[in-house]
Amino acid sequence: MITAALIGNPNSGKTTVFNKLTGSVQKTGNWPGVTVDRKEGFIRTYTKEKILIVDLPGIYSMSPYSPEEVVSRDYLIGTQSDKPDVAINIIDASNIERGLYLLTQVADLGIPMVVILNMMDVAEKSGMKVDAAKLSEALGCEVVQTVGIRNQGTEAIAEAVQRARDEHRVPSEINYGETLESCISKISPVISEGLRPELVRWVSIKLLERDPMVLADLGKEKVDAAMEIITAFEKEVGDDGIQMVATARYDAGSRIQEHCLTRVEPSESANTLSDRIDRILLNRVAGIFIFVAVMFLVYFIAVQTVGTMAVDFINDGFMQWVSQNIGIMMLNAGVDPFLHDLVISGILGGIGAIIGFLPQIFLLFLCLAVLEECGYMARVAYLMDRLFYHFGLSGRAVIPAVIGIGCSVPAIMGTRTIEDQSNRTVSVICTSFMPCSAKLPIITVIAAAFFHASAIVTLSLYLFGIVMILLSGLFLKRFPGLIGKPAPFVMELPVYHMPAVDNIVNNVTDKSWAFVKRAGTLIMLSAVIVWLLASFGTVDGKWFVYLGDNQTSGSYLAAFGNAFTWMFAPMGFGDKWELSVATLTGFMAKENLLGTLAVLLDSSADSEGFITAASLANYTTVGVAMSMLIFNLICAPCVAAIGAMRRELGTWKRTLMAIVFQCATAYGVATIFYQFWLLSTGTFSWMFVFAVIAIIVPVYVIAVPDSVGRIMSLFGKRPKEESE
Amino acid sequence: MSTFRDMSVGDIAVVTNVSGSGQLRKRMLDLGLTRGAKVELIRIAPLGDPIEIQLRGFRLTVRKVEAEIVELDIIHRAKEAKE
Repeated sequence: MITAALIGNPNSGKTTVFNKLTGSVQKTGNWPGVTVDRKEGFIRTYTKEKILIVDLPGIYSMSPYSPEEVVSRDYLIGTQSDKPDVAINIIDASNIERGLYLLTQVADLGIPMVVILNMMDVAEKSGMKVDAAKLSEALGCEVVQTVGIRNQGTEAIAEAVQRARDEHRVPSEINYGETLESCISKISPVISEGLRPELVRWVSIKLLERDPMVLADLGKEKVDAAMEIITAFEKEVGDDGIQMVATARYDAGSRIQEHCLTRVEPSESANTLSDRIDRILLNRVAGIFIFVAVMFLVYFIAVQTVGTMAVDFINDGFMQWVSQNIGIMMLNAGVDPFLHDLVISGILGGIGAIIGFLPQIFLLFLCLAVLEECGYMARVAYLMDRLFYHFGLSGRAVIPAVIGIGCSVPAIMGTRTIEDQSNRTVSVICTSFMPCSAKLPIITVIAAAFFHASAIVTLSLYLFGIVMILLSGLFLKRFPGLIGKPAPFVMELPVYHMPAVDNIVNNVTDKSWAFVKRAGTLIMLSAVIVWLLASFGTVDGKWFVYLGDNQTSGSYLAAFGNAFTWMFAPMGFGDKWELSVATLTGFMAKENLLGTLAVLLDSSADSEGFITAASLANYTTVGVAMSMLIFNLICAPCVAAIGAMRRELGTWKRTLMAIVFQCATAYGVATIFYQFWLLSTGTFSWMFVFAVIAIIVPVYVIAVPDSVGRIMSLFGKRPKEESE
Repeated sequence: MSTFRDMSVGDIAVVTNVSGSGQLRKRMLDLGLTRGAKVELIRIAPLGDPIEIQLRGFRLTVRKVEAEIVELDIIHRAKEAKE
C-alpha cells in the first residue's frame, strides 16, 4: 500500500481533486489533539496497488502558527509509524507563484513528490499558458494536468504516485540564491548529527526562519551554534532570515513560473467576471444591504417556507402516522401502559425531535454550502470584519452565527473554519446565543401573547443574539489564557466559480449526518431520561411510582425544578416553579419548554402540544415572560449543542466553564431586564442590587486595563502570560 | 516610506520591507507580500476596513492596522495618471 498526502493552497481545487480521486468512500476523522478534520480514502479505479490519499488541510505555508499548518507539517515530516510515501502537491495554474511557495517548502523535506496542475482552463482564459513539461523539468518531478471539475487524470495521477514511490523521485533541490545557499551550507554541518539526512536542509532553513517549533526541538547546543552563524550572516547581509527566506522562496517560484509560462491573449477571464460581480456585491453602499438580503433569503427558504413545510409534514404527518400505528399495535398486543407511553412519548418523541429538525437543517446547510463553494462566504467575512473587529472578533465569526439561526450544533461545528484560536473559542461559546429554530416557537408564543404577534419582537431578538455575541467577544477577550491567541485577518478572496455538485453533496451529507449522529443520539437519550423523570414520582412514601405519561406535576422533574426555583427570584419567577421546570426540560431541546408549560399549567395546547398564547398571557405578566425568554435564549443550549461544544473545546473542564459563562450571562441579563422592567412599572425591589452587580462586573472587566489580572491577584495567582 | 494608508484605490506600489514580528509578519510574507512584490489597491470594504489588494495574480484582504507593517514604494498614482 502507498500512502500519499494531498497538499495545496486553500481554493486550489483540492477538495474537488480529492473527491474525484477517492469517490464517495471517504473516512472522516480528527487529527490527534486538534479539531482539524482528517479525511482519507483510496484511489478508486486503480488496481495495481492500493493508494491511500490523506487529505491535508488547505494551507499557504508550513509555518507553525495555525493548527492546520502544524498538522500538515508534522504529518509530512512524519514519525516512524505514520509517514506518507509520496506528497501530491496541487498547484492552481492560475495562481502558480503562490502554489510554488508552498511547494518549495514540501520539496525541502526531501519527500517523493507528484505535482497536480489544476485549473489550467482558468489560467489560460486569463492569459497564462503553463507548459507542464517545462514545469516538470524545473521541479524534477512528474507533473499531471487536470481540468478541475471534469473527471480526468485519475489513472495518470495514480500511476505517477506509484512511480514516485517506486523510484523514489524526490524533487530537485530548489536554489534559493547564492547568499542564502552559502549560509544554509554553513548551518547544515553544525546540526546534521542525529538528524535524518533528508531533513537537514529543511531544518537549516527553518532555523534561518527562527521557527519556534524547530528551535524547541533541536536542543540548545545545536541552536546556539547555528544562531551564531545566522546572526553573523544577517549582520553581513543587513537583512533578517525570516524575510530573506520568504523572499527567496517567492523569487524561486517566480523564476520557475517564468520558465514554464507563456503569456497568451486573455479572453473573457474568470477574473474580470469575478471583478464585475464584486463591483456590485462588495459595493460601498449596496454591499451590506445585499449581504442582509442574501441572509434573509437563506433564512426564508431554509427556515420559514420550504423548511417549515417539510418540518410540518414530518411532525404532523409522518411521525403522527408512525406513532399512531405503533400505538395501535402495542394496544392490540396488550402492552403495559408504562411501556406504551415510554415508546410513544419518550422514544418516538425524541426521534421526532431529531428528524423534525432535519429538513430545515439540511436546507440551511445546502444554501450555505452553495454560498461557501462559490466564494461568497469569504466576502461575508470581509464585509463584516470591521463591525466585529470593534468587539475583538473577526468577520469570520459571522458564519457560525448565521448557521446558528438553524441549529447550534452545526454552527458550533462550523467554527472550525475560523482560523484564529481565540475567535474560534468565543464563537463556540457564544454561537448558541442566536435564536435557533427550536427557540423560535418560544419567541413566537410570547410575541403572540403580549405583543400582538409583532414581527419586530422576533427580529429584535435575533439582533439581541448578535449584540450578546459581540459583547461576549469584548468580555471574553480579557481572558487570553482561556480562549487562546488572536490571529491577524489576512484572507484571500477567491475568484467566484460555479460550485461543484460533488463538493456540495459531500459537504451537506457530512454535516447533516454529523447532526443526526451527534445531536441525534444525545437528544434521544435525554428525551428518554427527561420523560422518565417527568413521569415518575414518589407517592405516599413509595419510590418510582408511574404517574402517567408526562404527568410532570409531582414528578421527580418537578421536585428538581422546585428545588431550584428560588434561584430565579431576581429574574422574576422565583415563585413560579412551572417556569423553572420548563427551563429544565428546555435543556433537552428548547421547544420542550412550551410543551412542559402546557402540561404543568393544565392549559389548552395547540396541535404540537405547545402552550397557547392565551393561556400564557393569563398565567403571567409580560415582564416575567420576557425575562424567562431572555434567560432561555442565552443560558446553556440543549444537550446536543453542549455535546458539540465539548467536541470543539476539547475538554469537559473547558466545556463546563463555557456553560457556567453562558448561564451566568443569561442570569445577569435577565435580572437586569426584569429589575428595570419592575422599576418602569413603579415597583422597586431590593433585588435591584443583583441588577447593579450584573452591570458592574462586566463593565469592570471590559473597561479596566488588566482587570482579569487584578481579580486573579486577589486570589493570589496571576494568569499565565501568553508568550509569543 | 509609505504604507497602504497612503494609497488610494487604483494605486500601484512595490513592497520594500515587512517589519513587525511573529505570526502577523510571517503571514504577510507567506501570502506573497515579499520584497519586490507589486501590489494594487482594489477597493476598501463598505465599513472602511479591511482593504482589498491585488498581488501575484490573486486578491488579498487585510486590515489597515495590520497592514501597517508592510512598507511600500508607490510607483503609480491612479489620480495623477488621469490628469
